[in-house]
Amino acid sequence: MSFEQSPILILAIPLLTALAISLFCQRHDRFAYVLLVLAMAGSFVAALLTMITVVQSGAAIHYRLGDWPPPFGIELVIDHLNALVLTMVSGCALLTAVYSLRSVREESGDRIAHYYTLFGLLIAGLLGMVATGDAFNLYVLLEISALSSYAMLARGRGYAYYATFKYIIMGTIGACFYLLGVGYLYIKTGTLNMADLSDILSTAEMHESVSIRIGFILIIVGIWIKMALFPLHGWLPNAYTRAADTTSCLIAPLMTKVSVYIMIRLMFSVFSVDYVFRTIPWHEAVVWLATAAIVAGSISALAQRNLKKMLTYIIVAEVGYMVGGVWLANRSGLTGAVYHILSDALMTLCLFMAVSAIIFKTGKTGFDAMENIFRKMPVTSVVFVVGAFAIIGIPPTCGFFSKWFLIRGGIEAGQWGFVAALLFSSLISAVIFFRLIEIAYFGSFETHGRREVARAEAPVSMIIPMVCVAAALILIGIYTNEIVSGLIRWSLPAGL
Amino acid sequence: MLIWPPAGIWTRASEMNELLALIIGKSNYWAALILLLIGLYGMIAKNNLLKKIIGMSIFQSAIILFYVSIGDKRGATIPILEHGHGPEAEQVIQAAHYANPLPHVLMLTAIVVGVSTLGVALAIIQKIYRVHGTIEEDEILESIDE
Amino acid sequence: MKRLALLIIIVLGVLLLRAAGDFPDWGDPSSPASTYLSPYYIENSLRDTEVPNFVTSILADYRGYDTMFETVVIFCAGITVLTILRHTHRKREKIILPRPQRQGSDLILQAAARLLVPPMQLFALYVVAHGHHSPGGGFQGGVILGASFILLALAYDLKTVLKRFKEKKILLCAGLGVLIYAGIGAFCLFLGRNFLAYAAWHKVLGTSEIMAHSHGMLGVEIGVAITVMAIMLSLYVDLASGGDLDEGL
Repeated sequence: MSFEQSPILILAIPLLTALAISLFCQRHDRFAYVLLVLAMAGSFVAALLTMITVVQSGAAIHYRLGDWPPPFGIELVIDHLNALVLTMVSGCALLTAVYSLRSVREESGDRIAHYYTLFGLLIAGLLGMVATGDAFNLYVLLEISALSSYAMLARGRGYAYYATFKYIIMGTIGACFYLLGVGYLYIKTGTLNMADLSDILSTAEMHESVSIRIGFILIIVGIWIKMALFPLHGWLPNAYTRAADTTSCLIAPLMTKVSVYIMIRLMFSVFSVDYVFRTIPWHEAVVWLATAAIVAGSISALAQRNLKKMLTYIIVAEVGYMVGGVWLANRSGLTGAVYHILSDALMTLCLFMAVSAIIFKTGKTGFDAMENIFRKMPVTSVVFVVGAFAIIGIPPTCGFFSKWFLIRGGIEAGQWGFVAALLFSSLISAVIFFRLIEIAYFGSFETHGRREVARAEAPVSMIIPMVCVAAALILIGIYTNEIVSGLIRWSLPAGL
Repeated sequence: MLIWPPAGIWTRASEMNELLALIIGKSNYWAALILLLIGLYGMIAKNNLLKKIIGMSIFQSAIILFYVSIGDKRGATIPILEHGHGPEAEQVIQAAHYANPLPHVLMLTAIVVGVSTLGVALAIIQKIYRVHGTIEEDEILESIDE
Repeated sequence: MKRLALLIIIVLGVLLLRAAGDFPDWGDPSSPASTYLSPYYIENSLRDTEVPNFVTSILADYRGYDTMFETVVIFCAGITVLTILRHTHRKREKIILPRPQRQGSDLILQAAARLLVPPMQLFALYVVAHGHHSPGGGFQGGVILGASFILLALAYDLKTVLKRFKEKKILLCAGLGVLIYAGIGAFCLFLGRNFLAYAAWHKVLGTSEIMAHSHGMLGVEIGVAITVMAIMLSLYVDLASGGDLDEGL
């Protein structure tokens, strides 16, 4: 086995390990944990190797499964955009796997082996979705990650079952719309391979065709349901809030970002830039929709008193950033959106990890959990502050640079509403987080300045990943130029 | 683009013929799409959770019907090679003689995915009934708000 | 809510039906779907893989990667239902579901089941093995195998079936089947070819590369059948008893 097998190893390692955990680790929880962490590390290393290969050769990697040439067989296509998202997903999965040691025992008790199996299958599904080059294969992997997330979310606290049921209904509608859209494309073109579809769809006759247009609408609406774009976001806040802590650290940063990646891939590699922005005249309307998402998400986040629910509404706003950035139809906007996929996954992971550690140690979920956190859990609170600065957009964290690109794109495209919404949401995030930081530092009004508070820091297995994520947020911000010029610039389609 | 055919169509016989040809020639698509809309209505509008799941099942079956009907060819037989083994296997194979196998394969996958989602949804409904005491959506929402 | 739903349905309906005017007719042999990719599969399946059933050869060989994930989906569903229903906290629950009690045993049902189950299982194995030449394959055979156990559970009771086929063994079979599939694919990596390239097995099996395709397909179909059988039974057992494994329908 050499570097050329690394694309499939990214997926195969978590998949085989998940199966091995389900078979052999029914009673041995520690062993299952070690296997899972090793598998995620292996997958991350394979993703890094693949990214290095892609950057060095400058061209996309095509990996033929079963040695069948496309379009007869399925192939994995990994180019710069893919490689970035694959590394991000496997990296976040590795950090969450390390983090899960203590928190998963509380939640799943006797079913830890099954939880880790579902963890591995979810990550294999997400990685497969990102790497694939076949439209129908994407549907199957979408359903794998959806099914494993249903299982993990249903084991939450409180009324998690009803929230998961709503998620099942909305998720199935989204995935089936996607399937129907692919069916429409198949009727008119006869193929399922993405590169082949883009060749056939580039003729003028296909551009005029009504069924291709409706197929495009169905696919895009299906993906929007999956990424919880306003007004289809109803299922997200409840499902993610009620989830157990490790589950929300795993699912919240990743699932919506992978859906945004899928939207970018389908828009530009299957349908072309020409088709999406010139033949179809709605990109401005979509930017207004994204603006509404940002405003609605930010204002709802302001109104929340539960820490996790507030973070989920911030996710809704962040999805608005990315969708707006893509549909601005210029290079800065798309650069901002792609960079934001990376930075938002890390910011969300950082905040969810910090908040989950706080809930784990204090047992409370409202704002009162944050009282005097600076003295109780100093490392956690520093991590929380870094994450908060990233969401607000303060340099040198990566959040600042993604907002910079998005605002520049908005100004170039003349979408002043979008720019105003970006600034408005930064302001609202500043209000939310500085309020929390104040409670964390000074305690609430009653306990201010009174007794000494004991140190009760989060366990080491939680601290190490948190510190890594916070450091990554700053490092990625500092190295923005290298990332943009080395990776993102090559993943922008021609003709924007 | 989305405007329904113009009003004058009903008065001309030749266009009437065209419309009939449209409906009869593509009747499989109409059938699948109408089933789909019925299933989708069930999923969104019904109050009882089990009726929503039945709607989901109808919705997925409609998509399966849609795909499988794509692969049909007039006068074609099942997609298995006739005289597949033995000395007659060397004959020339005509593609138009056999139905298109690719939609069948895709729909085998979709059926399995549909069954899996159905199983998970039924398990969750059982749990919801145990926790809330009802499977009507409005009563569940009331019991959550209490 | 109903009015909003009706509005969505009408809008969607107009959209979808409008597009249907553009499609090729039903049964048109010159539609793009029938003339672009599928003639290759029909004409070359026997030559490439020695399997005359085109559906099986596409399912297990050309698009075998999809089928592997499909098996993972059904495995995942079994684990999910297990995670949701078994051993969960009872104190949050308001309702204790009444369990139906069996009244004696039914001679006719049990005798009929005793007669039917062995031929069912034999037929299921035939469907799996003969999937290369006739309609069949792993999923179909696996479902019939699972149904034979469910018939036993319906005619006798749940405990009888669970005594023959314990829950731990059910889970073991489920994981084993997917592991066989993924393992056959991963072994091809060790033999130097790409994932799921069955031709790599010809060195181990000692046959030609084309026959290795056929044997590889049989291997993965067996894996699929084992998983589907186990998960069908597991889904029935968990859903019918509500997680108690006590008594169901």
